[in-house]
Amino acid sequence: MNNIKRTGPEKSIENSFESSFENIANNVFLNISQVDMVFPTPTGGFTALKEVDLQIDKGEFISLIGHSGCGKSTVLNIVAGLHQATKGGVLLNNKEVNEPGPERAVVFQNHSLLPWLTCYQNVELAVKQVFNKTMSKGEMKEWIEYNLKLVHMDHAMHKRPDEISGGMKQRIGIARALAMQPEVLLMDEPFGALDALTRAHMQDSLMEIQNELNNTVIMITHDVDEAVLLSDRIVMMTNGPEATIGEILDVNLARPRSRLSLAKDIEYNRLRSEVLTFLYEKQRKVASISSKATAPQGSLPKQRVNAK
Amino acid sequence: MSSTTVNITSLTITEQVLKLVKNSLAKITNAVLLPVIGISIFLFLWSITAQSIHTSLGDFPGPNAVVKQFSSLYFEHKTEREKAIAFYQRQDKRNAAKLAKNPDYNAKIRAYTGKETFLDQIITSLVTVTCGFLAAAFIAIPFGIWMGLNKKLNLALNPIVQVFKPVSPLAWLPLVTMVVSALYVSDDPMVSKSFLTSMLTVTLCSLWPMVINTSMGVSAINSDLLNVSKVLRLDTLTHVNKIVLPASVPMIFTGMRLSFGVAWMVLIAAEMLAQNPGLGKFVWDEFQNGSSDSLARIMAAVVVIGFIGFLLDRVMLQLQRKVSWDKSSVNA
Repeated sequence: MNNIKRTGPEKSIENSFESSFENIANNVFLNISQVDMVFPTPTGGFTALKEVDLQIDKGEFISLIGHSGCGKSTVLNIVAGLHQATKGGVLLNNKEVNEPGPERAVVFQNHSLLPWLTCYQNVELAVKQVFNKTMSKGEMKEWIEYNLKLVHMDHAMHKRPDEISGGMKQRIGIARALAMQPEVLLMDEPFGALDALTRAHMQDSLMEIQNELNNTVIMITHDVDEAVLLSDRIVMMTNGPEATIGEILDVNLARPRSRLSLAKDIEYNRLRSEVLTFLYEKQRKVASISSKATAPQGSLPKQRVNAK
Repeated sequence: MSSTTVNITSLTITEQVLKLVKNSLAKITNAVLLPVIGISIFLFLWSITAQSIHTSLGDFPGPNAVVKQFSSLYFEHKTEREKAIAFYQRQDKRNAAKLAKNPDYNAKIRAYTGKETFLDQIITSLVTVTCGFLAAAFIAIPFGIWMGLNKKLNLALNPIVQVFKPVSPLAWLPLVTMVVSALYVSDDPMVSKSFLTSMLTVTLCSLWPMVINTSMGVSAINSDLLNVSKVLRLDTLTHVNKIVLPASVPMIFTGMRLSFGVAWMVLIAAEMLAQNPGLGKFVWDEFQNGSSDSLARIMAAVVVIGFIGFLLDRVMLQLQRKVSWDKSSVNA
């Protein structure tokens, strides 16, 4: 456990079990507290999320994993402020989140670049908005170029999104989010639309960037390998409706991580199979109602359950 | 060995040349030959049918008669211009002579008041339609954006737009005429009443397609882009400028093209009734005139009206190509 350099001292304290009560206390960096989400439908409310509770430390990389439709995106949107929780809420630095803002930058699944602007201008729009008062024009230019360099896109910064590949677009999307210097980086299946090779490449890039910036990240993913490779903790969600956090898995693999050496790593494979077991045994998508009823909360193994 | 390779390459070269010739031939056939065939058949049928239609103003004009009228219209234009030049020369001479006799003489300069030629009328029509269209765009685009942004406003106003959209210009015209006569009272009017009436009728009719398309374009903006704007906390003005306007430019231009088409059609009717000195008035005057050339002259005007409408559409298309980021949305 000592070799988790990256997360710093507060992380190792958090990891020890005595401090689990402190998680509930108010000094948590990002606190998703007892969130319920009910969507109105013509036939009455649809409860998408029920008592989702998660505390995240500064600099932590969290993956949200679960089957489609389990409400992962809803959780992310609530943290982003794009949705309002029906019950409970989100605290960032002890301040309630109730509208979107650049301190919680979002990387969208389909990049969401403005197609009429060049890559540079896309990042510029964000930078101008966030650092309007604190940066001079020259500083802004430097900062935009720095962020484009960070995602290795400085060579194509004056191209339009339709002139570059899907992976490149996603890089620009990440650069735009990073350029806002967010306190939390929210990524909604950032690599979901990419082919396997590009995805692996992007994951490596993301790890490299994380090494440098040590951002707090919440990432939604469908990809078990991606979750284990990138995360400090993997949050596994039960199937909806009334989805909630099923299990949380600590990933104590040394950084920097390399996908090649991890492929044979025993711990890596154990974590991988834990996630797979959760997804395909405990939360089978085709599951009958009975298995859904038994799986969450009650019969959980030694992993940390959502603090309640 | 080497000679065979040479042979092969030369073969492929000739093959390629053949292919190229074939392709370009096909292109020429599609772009030139087929339209020419279509037009020839049309002209043939026209001249055949025209001969067998006898009206009180003589036979219905065939293509020949129309071509003759074109040259005579151009000739009239030239003679009229020469008359104008001669008039101004005479006036200058007279004034100079009077000034020579009496240095205090206050020379009067009068404008030539000959009748408008066909070319003048085309220009009047173009000016009127452009003014009417621009006025409509000036109102419709901001309004459409507002409606697209505000769902409630859209629901409130949509019935009104839908009801006014199909109204014929001929129904508006009497109302517009009366309102203009009542409100536009000035001793030294900048523009004539007939111009204003035609222009406002054009505006009223070309407003609606633009409002509808703009509001549709704005309300159909990808929600991800709107989320980007929310995350960045863009203020309304920046939001409209940076996200809404560019995103809906393709739809706005589709609306503008539709509207310009409507405007041009409406204009002819409006000019006929408002007696604005443009193409509509030309047609009406020829109809009232009832000479043996009248029908051929009207037919010439029909051809010109069609051509100008087509050209205006092309101009709008080029403009759209230039402005729009989404090249795939720009179709002829």
